[in-house]
Amino acid sequence: MWNALFFYLFALIALGGGVLVITRRNAVHSALWLVVSLLGVAGEFLLLGAEFLFAVQIILYIGGVVLLILFVIMLVNLDQAARMRQFNRQWAIAGLCALVVGAEIAYFVWRGGPQAFQLATPVSAGPGEGNVEQLADVLFSRYLLPFEIASLLLLVAVIGSVVMAKKRS
Amino acid sequence: MLEPITPVHFLLLSAALLLVGTIGVLTRRNIVVILMSIELILNAVNLNLVAFSRYFGEPSGQVFAIFVITMAAAETAVALGILIALFRNRQTVFADEIDLLKW
Repeated sequence: MWNALFFYLFALIALGGGVLVITRRNAVHSALWLVVSLLGVAGEFLLLGAEFLFAVQIILYIGGVVLLILFVIMLVNLDQAARMRQFNRQWAIAGLCALVVGAEIAYFVWRGGPQAFQLATPVSAGPGEGNVEQLADVLFSRYLLPFEIASLLLLVAVIGSVVMAKKRS
Repeated sequence: MLEPITPVHFLLLSAALLLVGTIGVLTRRNIVVILMSIELILNAVNLNLVAFSRYFGEPSGQVFAIFVITMAAAETAVALGILIALFRNRQTVFADEIDLLKW
């Protein structure tokens, strides 16, 4: 019962934060609501037993990505942009897209009927093995090559962003 | 249908987050807010991956979520670098005012 309560609480936080992100006029407010939404998703990770991703979400997403976005908002002067029109004229196509995907999902849930909600019982992890150990085992054995490629991607991103943002002299 | 939390609940939440992000990408003009909407979409993907990883008892999904987070960080850094260069040249942050290549 507590599980369900916390699921709906975190879902409300994540979705409400998300809706506020895309409706606020001021980009700084959007970034702060993005923090709220990401915290909601982090709570869902905790409910799913992914403690390592919970920590990564808070440290890397909220501490890194949102901070980067806030820095750039500070660098590009958004004061006069906040006073202008915030939405373009694509509400029709955006609504259509959302409607199509939403109808598709609703159809699948309706097709599945009530027993779709009794899909699987979670497989519990082996005794004495934590989430971090499990992840490390898989990440450094089966996914070693993608792991190295990801580090290469980060290197490319660092060099690329420096080159992009550098002043031409 | 409400009470025991099943994978379907997580998938529905993830789909709702994806829709919110999609609407944000399609309707906002400010590039910074579009980037934040992309973060919302990537979070929906992560939620999906972690939900399946939990219910199949297989940590691979969480490993993929880690890769998605890495990719999101790299993408944000490069996009913000581009945004700074763009703002220096055009003095605008609105996506629909940058239409030099548009016929």
